[in-house]
This record gives sequence, C-alpha cells and structure tokens, in this order.
Amino acid sequence: MVNNQSNSNNPRLNYDFRRKKNAEGMRIQVATFTLMIFFTVVSFVAVAADFSKWFVIPFILLLAVVQVGFQLYYFMHMSEKGHEAPSLFMWSGITVAFVTVLAFMTIIWW
Amino acid sequence: MSTIAQKRGFASTIWDYLTTVDHKKIAILYLIAGGIFFLMGGIEAMMIRAQLAVPNNDFVSAGLYNELLTMHGTTMIFLAAMPLLLGFMNAVMPLQIGARDVAFPFVNALGFWLFFFGGLFLNLSWFLGGAPDAGWTSYASLSLASEGHGIDFYALGLQISGFGTLMGGINFLVTIINMRAPGMTYMRMPLFTWTTFVASALILFAFPPLTASIFMLSFDRMFGANFFNVAAGGNTIIWEHFFWIFGHPEVYILILPAFGIFSEIFSTFSRKRLFGYSSMVFATVLIGFLGFMVWAHHMFTVGLGPVANAIFAVATMAIAVPTGIKIFNWLLTIWGGSIKFTVPMLYAVAFIPSFVAGGVTGIMQAVAPADYQYHDTYFIVAHFHYVIVGGVVFALLAGVHFYWPKMFGTMLSEKIGKFTFVFFFIGFHLTFFIQHFLGLMGMPRRVWTFLPGQGLDAGNLISSIGAAFMAIGVILLLLNVVITSVKNERVGNDPWEDGRTLEWAIPSPPPFYNFKQLPLVRGLDAYWLEKMEGKTTLTPAEPIGDIHMPNGSFTPFVISLGLFIAAFGAMYHVDDKAWAIPVLIGGLAITFGAMAYRSIKDDHGFHIHKEDLMDDDNEDKGVKA
Repeated sequence: MVNNQSNSNNPRLNYDFRRKKNAEGMRIQVATFTLMIFFTVVSFVAVAADFSKWFVIPFILLLAVVQVGFQLYYFMHMSEKGHEAPSLFMWSGITVAFVTVLAFMTIIWW
Repeated sequence: MSTIAQKRGFASTIWDYLTTVDHKKIAILYLIAGGIFFLMGGIEAMMIRAQLAVPNNDFVSAGLYNELLTMHGTTMIFLAAMPLLLGFMNAVMPLQIGARDVAFPFVNALGFWLFFFGGLFLNLSWFLGGAPDAGWTSYASLSLASEGHGIDFYALGLQISGFGTLMGGINFLVTIINMRAPGMTYMRMPLFTWTTFVASALILFAFPPLTASIFMLSFDRMFGANFFNVAAGGNTIIWEHFFWIFGHPEVYILILPAFGIFSEIFSTFSRKRLFGYSSMVFATVLIGFLGFMVWAHHMFTVGLGPVANAIFAVATMAIAVPTGIKIFNWLLTIWGGSIKFTVPMLYAVAFIPSFVAGGVTGIMQAVAPADYQYHDTYFIVAHFHYVIVGGVVFALLAGVHFYWPKMFGTMLSEKIGKFTFVFFFIGFHLTFFIQHFLGLMGMPRRVWTFLPGQGLDAGNLISSIGAAFMAIGVILLLLNVVITSVKNERVGNDPWEDGRTLEWAIPSPPPFYNFKQLPLVRGLDAYWLEKMEGKTTLTPAEPIGDIHMPNGSFTPFVISLGLFIAAFGAMYHVDDKAWAIPVLIGGLAITFGAMAYRSIKDDHGFHIHKEDLMDDDNEDKGVKA
C-alpha cells in the first residue's frame, strides 16, 4: 500500500504509526464493503417491490454513482496523497464524456 | 545532420534511426516526415491557387480539385502541423524538465512509426485510384457516397496515424507528471512544457471520439454497417458531432504548443521573465477546458435549434477571454524588455497582429445568426488560415529557427531567415486577407472554379500571387537548411546567449543521456537564475552515478508495418479480392506477433557506467563534471 512505503531499511521505523494507519484503512474498507452489499440488496428490493420505473431507474443509477465513488476513493485509494493527477484526469474524462452524452441526448435525437 | 560527430556509414545511420528510441532522434524523424508532408500539402495548396487564379480555369479537373482540397486540409492538419509540433515537444520538453528521456521511449518510437505509416498509406491514394474527395471533415453522407477507395484511404490512414498521436500524448503526460527534475514544481515548468502538457491532455480526450467515428465510417464503407446511413435507420449527424468533438479540441492541440513556443521566444529575446506566468498557465488550462464545450459552433447551420446555438455561441465567445489574457501578457513581456530582433522574434512579433485578426473573425462567426451568412464561404477559409498559418505555421517556422541549434548543433543563417520571414509574411497576408472580402462578396468554399465578371477575379488573382510568395519563403528556408548543414559550423550550449531554460545549459546537440547529473531547479527560468549568479552551469541534484538507458528496438517499426499491411486487406476486401482477407489477417498477425515478442522478451536496457562519465571531463557535458 502507498502509505507503507518508506525509504529506510529499518522495518521498525514508524511501525506503530503504519499499523494504526492500516487498521484504520481496513476498518473503512470493511464498512464500505458492507455498504456496497447493502446498496445491491436495496436496488434488487426496489425492482422486486414493483415501484414506478420513474423512481427505480434514477434510484439505481444514483446508487451506482455512489458505488463507483466508493470503489475509487476507498478501495483504489484515490483519496490518498500521490493520486492527484490520476484523479484530475479521471474527472476531466468523466466531464467530457458526460457533456458528449448529454449533447447527444438533447440535440441529436430530439 | 548526424547528432554525434563521429564517422559512420550511411546504412548504419539509417538503421540507427529505424531502431532509435531516443527522444531527440525521434524528434528529428518527426521533423523530416512532417516536413515532407508539409511540402506535399504546400504543393497541393499551390495547385489549388493555380486553378483559382483566373476565372473559368481548367488547370485541374473538378474531381481532382476535390481531391486536392481534401488532401491539402488532411495533410496539413494531421500529417504536417501536428507531427511537427510533436517533433518539437519530443526535442525540447524532456530537456526543459531535466529528464533523460520520455517515460516510455519504446512507445514514443511506436507513436512515430504509426504516424508515418498512416500518413504514407493516406498519400498512396494518389497512386492507387484516387485520393479522398469529401473534404478534410469527410461528412458522412457525402463520404459514404464517394466512389472508389479515396475515403477508405482516409479512414484507415487516419486511424493508424491517430493511434500514434494518442500514444504520443499519453507518453508526454506521464513524462511531465513523473519525470521532472528535483525542484521543478508544476509552477516552475517553462511555458512550452505547460502547453505540451495541456495539448497532450486534449489529445487524450479528443482522439477517442475520432477513433470511434472513423471506426464507424470504416465499418459503414467496408463491412456493411449502417451507422450513418439514414435510409437504413442510421443518423448522418452523428458523424458531424463526433468529428467536431474531436475537431475543435484538435485546433487547440495545434495552437497551444504554438503559444508555448512563442512564450519561450518572447521572454528569451525580450530578456525578461514572461509577464504574468501564472495567468498564462491558467489561461492555457482554461482554453483546454473550454475547447471541449464549443464544438457545435461548426454546426450552427445544421439546425440544432436556437437554444443549442445560443449556448454554443456564448461558450465560443468565452474562449476569447483566456486568449486575450495571453495576448496582453506577451505584449507586456516585450514592453520594457531589451529586445533582440532575431528571426524567431520576428515571427513572434508578426504572430500577434496576425493571430488577433484571426481571433476577431472567430468572434464574428461565434455570433450564430451572422454565421448563417459566413458559413461555407471564403470568409471561413480566411479565418482559419489566419489562426492556423498566422498562429501555428508561424510558430513552426519560428521554432525551426529557434531550436535548430539545440537539435543539430548549427545555426540557421539569420540573413536568409529574414528573407524567408519577409516573403512568407507578405505572402501570407496577400493570400488570405483578400479572402475575407471574397467570402463576404459571396464566393463559396470548395468551389472548383468561378465565373468572370462577378467581382471575384482580382481578389483571387491577388490571393494566388500571395501563395507564390509563401512558396518562395519555404524554398528559401530549405536552401537555408542545406547551406547550414554543408557549412556545419558548430555552436556552443547557449547559441542565442539569452537562453533561460534548462535545455540551453547542455551541449548542442545534447549527449544521448541529456544530463550527466540531474539538475537542481531553483525557480522559473532555472538556467537564467544560475547565469544571474555568475555561474555557467546548473547546480547538480545528485552525485555522478550509473545512468540507466533503454536499448534501441526495431519492433515499433514492425508493429506499425503490420497495421499498414492489414489496412490494404481491409480496403480491398470491398472489391471481393480473394487475397484481401488473408492480407488483413496476416498484417494483424505481424502486429500482434511483434507486440507479443515485445511483451515476452525481457529487455532491461543498459547502464552507462560512472567511470565512463567521469573520464569524460568535458565541462559542457551534462550539468557539471
């Protein structure tokens, strides 16, 4: 993991700090993982409960967006130091793709 | 033109360039290939102007005229301007950030060879039954109706060269993010490096839409798909959108590096720090961002409706703001400077009014209702030649003179250079200024000929005479290159005497490892800072140690050659030729085989040992012995 990197040969260096940090990371990962499973269950329930499609589709899309955020920021550590450039480029790419799709939805298939 | 002064056979030099992964040699390859395509595009332009010099002319046929104008646009954008800029990026950017090469030297070579074979494929159309003839935009309904293989050459050739450009862009991004010398923070990067960075980001986001649309066009034409075929349920407007989602950022991919070259030239020859450095960076990033929000201004007359037109009109006008910031910063850089009017500086000074003229007509066209009047007239032709020639080509010519000593170790003659400038500058304005008025008087774009007595005769003749002036300018430049190479008078590290950035601290041309020790960067204009403290060398950031270098490789050439061969198979498959599908499969097999070979075989490169570097106690090499 990124926060385990050290330029010292001494394995005991900052041992307590790294241990604490890893424990915290693990706690967050387990929590997010639980939440993601919960989201999946909720979306299945939403479909099974036979709500109007005008509720179900946006709702599931919203959950999907949140899950992608969890995946990127908690599982793939995009929030940690050293990930600024990938994060910038991913968001720029998402923006460009979004604008393109939006334009196609609004001004081509009118 | 060898980069290292040592005797070697001609064949071995050729082999060296075929297998090189050195960014400086790849830059020279880009310069040569891009230069040749530039001349071809220029010859096509001359033929266009010869045809239009007098009314009712029959110098070329109508069909050939369509091919000429299509190939002129396509060649100049994809095969001349962009590769020449990529050449300068390759030559200069790694030196400016204090790196020993780009992040992926192998991919860099692959990018060049893909571009080269794509361009070669496109231009072979002249000999194999007719060039593309649907304009450089190749709008779908027209290009689907085009007979022969012209459009197939366009689609496949641009697809292959587009892969190369995309790779180049990603490579530069990774290089700038990861390989800056110690102390080179983002806000200490020279402006050419910044514009390379933003232009590369634009390449990263703009080329995938082009790739997607060209794939759809290829499948429509060659494999029976119906993406754009309205009769079969497709939508022809999709091509236009995809093309311009790519096409508008593309013009910023061209102009931003040009801005970067001019920023370096202005501060060097005004002998002043660039005025408003941080606002320049901000403006560059903002132009890059807005570049994606304006593509539909090419399509005002398509019928998108008043709301869409209004949104895109306003977004387009907004781009004038960051561009204006840049123009004023350049003016204020010159103001109060100790100015030297060298050839690069002449181009830079001439660029400001020329480009502003192009920008002003751009704002005129951004007004959607007015654009209905300008659309598809010579007014548009005048506008985009003012920005592309007055901006990009001026920057390329300025860059050739400015960076020639760093790339080849000799100075281009200033005297001939000034003649080149005068001819090109006068020729440029003579050719294109009058075209504004031809357009306003109603002369449409892309017409093969015009009738006498409609008030268009004199204007077109003047325009053609101007084109001849530009041709003289280019010929003088070629002459200059030949004379300089024959004379071969070597120059030192800093031939302009006022170099500000890292590249001027190392020999011309640099040793193949660039920096013996990585330099410590202590601020913007790192070399200038050291010179102001009375030093002649940079402060090293590391002790002398072994340098890890990549091995040369022939694989990039083979990978690209495979796609080149496969393209013929894909194209002649339409004619039900029995050999077409085997050739397609064979070509792809060569490409993927070469890629597998590269993946499986370990190549760890080699080390230049510390002792060899120590022996060589030439003070000029690298940072400091």
